[in-house]
Amino acid sequence: MGVDRSRLPSPDSDPPFHFPEIAHHTLSNGLKVRTVEHPGVPVVTIIVQVNGGLGSDSIGGEGLASLTADMVDEGTGSLSAIDVSDALARIGAEYDVEVGADVTMFTVTTVARFASRGARLLSEMLTAPSLRADDFDRVRQLRLDRLKQLKDLPTAVAERAFLRLLYPAHPYGHLAIGTEESLRGFSLDDVVRFHASTFLPWRATVVAVGALTHPELLEIVEQAFDGWTGEETVLGVRLAASDFVPDVSPSPQLAIIPRDGAAQSELRIGHLSARRDTPDYASLLVMNAILGGQFVSRINLKLREEKAFTYGARTGFDWRRGLGPFSVQTSVHTAATAESIADTLQEISALRGDRPATATELSLAQSSLTRGYPRNFETVQQVARSVAQLALFDLPDAYFQEFVPKVNAVTAHEVTRVAQMYLDPSRIIALVVGDRSATESSLAGIGLGEPVVLPPA
Amino acid sequence: MSTAIDLPYAKRTLGNGLDVLVHEDRRVPIVAVNLWYHVGSKNERPGRTGFAHLFEHLMFEGSEHYNGGFFMPLQQAGALLNGSTNTDRTNYWEVVPTGALDLALWMESDRMGYLLPALTRERFETQRGVVLNERRQNYENRPYGMALMALSASLFPPEHPYNWLTIGAAEDLRAMEFEDVRTFFRTYYHPANASLALAGDIDAERAFDLAEKYFGDLPPGSKPEPVSAQASVSREARFVLEDRVELPRVYMAWHSPAMFADGDAEADLLADLLANGKTSRLYRTLVYDKRVALDVSAYQHSRELSSFFLLASTAAPGQSLTDIAAVIDECIQQLADEGPVEDEMERGLAQAEAHFMYRLQTVGGFGGKSDQLNAYNVFRGNPDFFAGDLDRYRRATAESVQRAARQYLAFDRRVLLSIVPRGQAQLALPGSEPVAVS
Repeated sequence: MGVDRSRLPSPDSDPPFHFPEIAHHTLSNGLKVRTVEHPGVPVVTIIVQVNGGLGSDSIGGEGLASLTADMVDEGTGSLSAIDVSDALARIGAEYDVEVGADVTMFTVTTVARFASRGARLLSEMLTAPSLRADDFDRVRQLRLDRLKQLKDLPTAVAERAFLRLLYPAHPYGHLAIGTEESLRGFSLDDVVRFHASTFLPWRATVVAVGALTHPELLEIVEQAFDGWTGEETVLGVRLAASDFVPDVSPSPQLAIIPRDGAAQSELRIGHLSARRDTPDYASLLVMNAILGGQFVSRINLKLREEKAFTYGARTGFDWRRGLGPFSVQTSVHTAATAESIADTLQEISALRGDRPATATELSLAQSSLTRGYPRNFETVQQVARSVAQLALFDLPDAYFQEFVPKVNAVTAHEVTRVAQMYLDPSRIIALVVGDRSATESSLAGIGLGEPVVLPPA
Repeated sequence: MSTAIDLPYAKRTLGNGLDVLVHEDRRVPIVAVNLWYHVGSKNERPGRTGFAHLFEHLMFEGSEHYNGGFFMPLQQAGALLNGSTNTDRTNYWEVVPTGALDLALWMESDRMGYLLPALTRERFETQRGVVLNERRQNYENRPYGMALMALSASLFPPEHPYNWLTIGAAEDLRAMEFEDVRTFFRTYYHPANASLALAGDIDAERAFDLAEKYFGDLPPGSKPEPVSAQASVSREARFVLEDRVELPRVYMAWHSPAMFADGDAEADLLADLLANGKTSRLYRTLVYDKRVALDVSAYQHSRELSSFFLLASTAAPGQSLTDIAAVIDECIQQLADEGPVEDEMERGLAQAEAHFMYRLQTVGGFGGKSDQLNAYNVFRGNPDFFAGDLDRYRRATAESVQRAARQYLAFDRRVLLSIVPRGQAQLALPGSEPVAVS
């Protein structure tokens, strides 16, 4: 009896991780289908992932992909928007739409016995939405009102402005919701056209995961989506946002959006850095974990646990098919604004040279990325999303199986190399949403030049 | 395929009073550790608000035999971990690979038994600063962020512990004394006031052995006195708060039955049929048909001592809160007069059943199976309530929901709060008194 409290117990080694088999099918209409058996709780998730996300919006036409996605649950056939919502509720379904940079994901999760109904409903919504003028007016107005509301929300103001600074004149350079001007410029025809040219079976992947067998899952998808047809209405090859190479020389490097009397400054610090298909992906994950990707990381320990400037600070890569940003996100006490940015810049520089990753930091980052890996695949939603990511980024089925050994193979030298290659202090952009008069003079002293004042939202 | 919707478990109480609950689920090689202390901001007193939550932060700063940050060794072992405090309880959890279960239990038991020797004034000061920043981020600097503060202060008298929010008053946080930590720890942080749930890749016998090994020799401590407090609203009170917002919003709040009490499930169903989804009565009327509001929400905030039912709706640009409130009142009146229709009851039940099913998917974290077992055990004294919980929804009828609407959503016993853009108090509901929060 009694515990030895003189030292911590050492964890036993982990059993090897196995990702379940992914079955691939292509329906006669060109729709790609992936199924995964996930026994246990009798629930099923179906994702339809359509190629085309916010990056498909034209310059000046920001928000069209998202507006179209929003119109999908506004009625189909004889069903009104209310009827669709009712039909989903009657099978206890959770319906979700996510407009990403490169793709749009439509997800329905329901109990297994209603999986067929859920799939059919999702298919009808996506392939034959009513797209009525009255619904269009209402949905667009709600989005305009929502934009107005977002002006009050420091995180949203920061996200929107930061994307513009990162991607001047690039299709990735906006929020999915778009802008007031672009939303006002749309007509129902724009939505109809976007839907017809984008929601096509050969541009989509369906992922079905649940407590059923592969054949059962396939049959459910096939019966629901087999009749999906579409005409190619756009001639020639359509370029994706990821095909455009963004300009990576920033101007300005320091910007402030005034929010007088704000209790905190919302900060975004970073620059465009890597594409998801970079061969250095695993090394970048490890590097990020050391710098600011988890609680015990240099930037969070500095800004939160040492200085109490913030409730928390995190860094991360926003992975896209094209070039995506690396950034630091935090909200700090107004008085600590300049010092927080300076500390962050210092930590970024240090990892590239003066204070390279230590053996302890490397092992901490690797273990935290790999040892808890299986818990990412506990629910049908998690598994379905993961498989959809494989389709989004053209990754092999063995990806999940190879993840742990790849991360564990990263060396300290590699971390330094990728920090030097992918983090560039001379290109850093720092954005402050906060009290201008309380921060402006100290901001000028951190070495990023005079802060440029941007209009609110 | 039909699977019983159930959450099987085994329970044992150690000699020192610690309840141990175990649920086996071998699908993924992980174990969820979930530890509840039956203490929250309801155990605070005026002038010392925010202490329970600040204390939770101190629990991550090290204990006698591992005198360093709590995250480091667990993160190294691949754990996901967090903690949270609300009015009624404080929870701490880790989700660990099976092989790291001993480590998690070692660390949880060390901070339960031996926190104080590692606590320093410096760590206390740092976490006070972090919490003040948490308050700025989640309340002061967030649009409509002070609404719940104002509502709680109006619904509950100053001596009632739901009068303040768990985050506490900034001046109280600043006035907190390091010395208060000891008393608080000794009163609330011991086995007899805690409940430990383990769920996942583990069987009951091994779980009980491990619990005994790590927690068995911690001294018991005496169960704190239960908190009791009464509150009621006997009129319609109207308040206005000016905030940094573009669009005005109206909140309506009523006292409602405590968590798991009769009528609590009905209040939950009422919230759904009023404002959850496009089919709901208020969304349909306010947002879809009349287009006077941008959004509407309703929620039964179920809590241990007593609950409150909260409705909120944001005006579309140029629309008046008075009109919105009138539509809401009409809708409530109709429910009170006629009750829900069968369709609504069927839909509500289908959603409740599916959601109970979804709740069985995750072993750990907030809302996972280990957390649910602890909730039943701490608030009902018995973890055997998953199926019973769902039964409450199955038993609800159109009549019982109608009764709930009549009884709980009375117009002459509620608090109405208008949040309006600064300098535009005239946009509030007529007769609203200014309210101050900070």
